[in-house]
Amino acid sequence: MAILTLTINGEHVSGKDDESLLAIAQQHGIRIPTLCHLDGLSDVGACRLCLVEIEGSPKLFPACTTRPQEGMAVSTDTERLRRYRRIIIEFLASEGNHQCAVCVVNNHCELQNLSYETRLTHVSVPYLYPKKELDASHENFIIDRNRCILCTRCVRVCHEVEGAHTWDIAGRGIACEIISDLNQPWGTSESCTSCGKCVLVCPTGALIEKGEAVAEMEKKTDFLRYIVNARRKREWVNVDSDEE
Amino acid sequence: MTVEELREVAEKETARQAEYRHRITCCSAAGCASCGGTAVHDALAKAIKARNLEKEVELAGTGCMGLCGEGPLVRIAGDGTLYQRVDAAVAERIIEEHIAQGKKVEENLVDTSDPFFSSQVKIVLENCGSTDSEKIDDYIAAGGYEALAKAVTEMQPAEVVEEVRKSGLRGRGGAGYPTGLKWGIVRKAQGEQKYVVCNADEGDPGAFMDRSVLEGDPHRVLEGMAIGGYATGASQGFIYVRAEYPLAIERLRLAIKQAERAGLLGNRIFDSQFNFRIDIRIGAGAFVCGEETALIRSIEGKRGRPRPRPPYPSEKGLWGAPTLINNVETFANIAPIIRKGSGWFAAIGTPKSAGTKVFALAGKIRNTGLIEVPMGIPLRRIIFDIGGGTPEGTTFKAAQTGGPSGGCIPAESLDLPVDYESLATVGSIMGSGGLIVMDSTSNMVDVAKYFMDFCVDESCGKCVPCRVGTVHIHGLLEKISEGRGTTDDLALLEELCQMVKDTSLCGLGQSAPNPVLSTLRFFRHEYTELLHAPEGYVPAGTANEKSTTQ
Ligand SMILES: Cc1cc2nc3c(=O)[nH]c(=O)nc-3n(C[C@H](O)[C@H](O)[C@H](O)COP(=O)(O)O)c2cc1C
Ligand code: SF4
Ligand code: SF4
Ligand code: FES
Ligand code: FES
Repeated sequence: MAILTLTINGEHVSGKDDESLLAIAQQHGIRIPTLCHLDGLSDVGACRLCLVEIEGSPKLFPACTTRPQEGMAVSTDTERLRRYRRIIIEFLASEGNHQCAVCVVNNHCELQNLSYETRLTHVSVPYLYPKKELDASHENFIIDRNRCILCTRCVRVCHEVEGAHTWDIAGRGIACEIISDLNQPWGTSESCTSCGKCVLVCPTGALIEKGEAVAEMEKKTDFLRYIVNARRKREWVNVDSDEE
Repeated sequence: MTVEELREVAEKETARQAEYRHRITCCSAAGCASCGGTAVHDALAKAIKARNLEKEVELAGTGCMGLCGEGPLVRIAGDGTLYQRVDAAVAERIIEEHIAQGKKVEENLVDTSDPFFSSQVKIVLENCGSTDSEKIDDYIAAGGYEALAKAVTEMQPAEVVEEVRKSGLRGRGGAGYPTGLKWGIVRKAQGEQKYVVCNADEGDPGAFMDRSVLEGDPHRVLEGMAIGGYATGASQGFIYVRAEYPLAIERLRLAIKQAERAGLLGNRIFDSQFNFRIDIRIGAGAFVCGEETALIRSIEGKRGRPRPRPPYPSEKGLWGAPTLINNVETFANIAPIIRKGSGWFAAIGTPKSAGTKVFALAGKIRNTGLIEVPMGIPLRRIIFDIGGGTPEGTTFKAAQTGGPSGGCIPAESLDLPVDYESLATVGSIMGSGGLIVMDSTSNMVDVAKYFMDFCVDESCGKCVPCRVGTVHIHGLLEKISEGRGTTDDLALLEELCQMVKDTSLCGLGQSAPNPVLSTLRFFRHEYTELLHAPEGYVPAGTANEKSTTQ
């Protein structure tokens, strides 16, 4: 591991060579919008919100999966990036059926916040109005695929942290959908442990708890940091040895 | 098998073939097979048997002979006579009249002095149409596995890499990355286990170059892969081939079995320390699974979705191990390069684009089929000399290379040399070898829409710009082509194309807008002619001062 120095938006920063540009930016208080990234989960580079410019290349790079290099000059907030981020949010808004006013996470929704942040004032592409299923067969939770933005956080938290791999993706392209087990009703899933992690990491109102009213539910993702940190440091091993 | 034994096999097979007075080859590739080729083969065999000519006439089923549009094709090897549109009755006459009486069947003759044949240079397809696709001895007699013998017994791995580098060979899968450079990276990469992967996914609509090579000359690909394994230090190869290619899979299976039995694959190849095995992995035919990172995940048994690069497969590929991944045609060029030397290869084509390229000619053109031309050949010669031009009464409008990832080349650029750099200057790409010709009857907005429709279908859905953007771009194209589009729609179309190109995760999304951008560049009027002004629209520059200052 080596410490490298680079610039982000002209500011000199330093970071480790095995960290992402996103992590380095965050450590220095520089905000880069993200959606599919979540601290504690693997990065997939799928939402493309965190794209940044790197001097000397015409290409754009996802900050969440790009490693730093000595002397790199990174820009996170150019006119082009702001425009592209707004279009990405616009695409997501047009892709699902997002009616914020009747959503249980209204005012606590990452998609909603990002539409404010990217100044999305109107959607200039047609709404696709897809027909998507809502599955309320689970005892405690509901998945409303109309509000799913396919960030795959639920898939990853279930596989990587809970170890159940209940969720996966079916279909291709615009027909992609999150499914439980082999596309069985969630309530009949044999792999789901009902831990609720997926519900907590879901950035929108696609995964929600039952019994919440409109605008009531707030999602907390801090738990992930604790679990992942504890695993990395093998803290439960220490607890065991203390007891002995 | 030792090198001496290999030579013996070659000599024995050559002697065996020399015992026949005639050798008739019948195209048994999918193109001809689909229009009655199998029945022709059977009819020829029956006619030979009926006349007790089995000891005098050898009948061999070969790979694609090129003129697929006129199939089934049959060739008389000795005098080079080529027959087209052969059916059972013509097959009977070929044996009765040509073989028995020495009288050619005039009605079905192909004029082999036509530029279709004389303008081609065959390296990759040199055996297609002459050697029996299902007989390893026939391949060996044609010099097969000599290159592998030479590499393993006379050359150091680094020398093999250097030879490939000096040849100037570039990847034939689309991007044209220098093959020797890639081999060198994999060779130097750290790892106990390394892999060689042959990309036979061939997803471009209308393309069948790789299929033809696999069906016609499977051993050539195996040999190229084994040389790649020796050069990079890999002991295991995989061929990833789509399930839609059953004949190619069958021939590959057979070829692998034959090569294993002959000791040309397996342990201690040519009595050396080099071990190499090849297995087939069958894909379900998703276009995105041709993208190398998605292909690798698919071989691993996961969903075929791309991941951001770096790391590149050369460093972290199959199961995290350094992996050499090349296209079928790339591997098919390796054996001749090693056999004849890098200098020979580098002298063909242009300095930056060495060698030949196989194209599948399709669309509004007289001769459709499979051709192999030296790099740098002017497009005009491909279209008019080889292809015979557009159909009667129409004129050439444009040629599309690179399929859904490429662009069109308009008539003004007909003299453009076909090489990687020149094609890029007009906004197209070499691609994997699809070449679709459009004539005056073609509508370019429809062409763009067709390819965008394909990308909507084939997008894996992982990243937002490609998953959603292609749908909106397609919607705008539809709107414009139906005469409902406005100038605002055209502006939005261009903005979204640029955005999807710049922000998508993998090559599919990054290149999906190319056909639109390219048709807009050369045939913009076809778009604008379809536009209608929105209500209350005031064309630029015509508004009076009062209204603009309000
Ligand atoms: C969407 C997409 C589809 C692709 N399909 C193919 C294919 O069918 N065959 C192929 O050889 N390469 C394909 N490629 C290119 C591969 O990713 C890779 O670059 C290539 O196999 C490398 O081999 P080469 O260097 O010999 O060309 C595709 C790339 C993309 C982005
Ligand atoms: S359900 Fe939620 S967490 Fe899962 S993919 Fe959809 S938006 Fe993301
Ligand atoms: S560009 Fe398209 S095909 Fe490639 S990862 Fe994104 S959605 Fe999938
Ligand atoms: S946060 Fe980096 S691509 Fe989604
Ligand atoms: S398939 Fe027979 S000539 Fe091409």
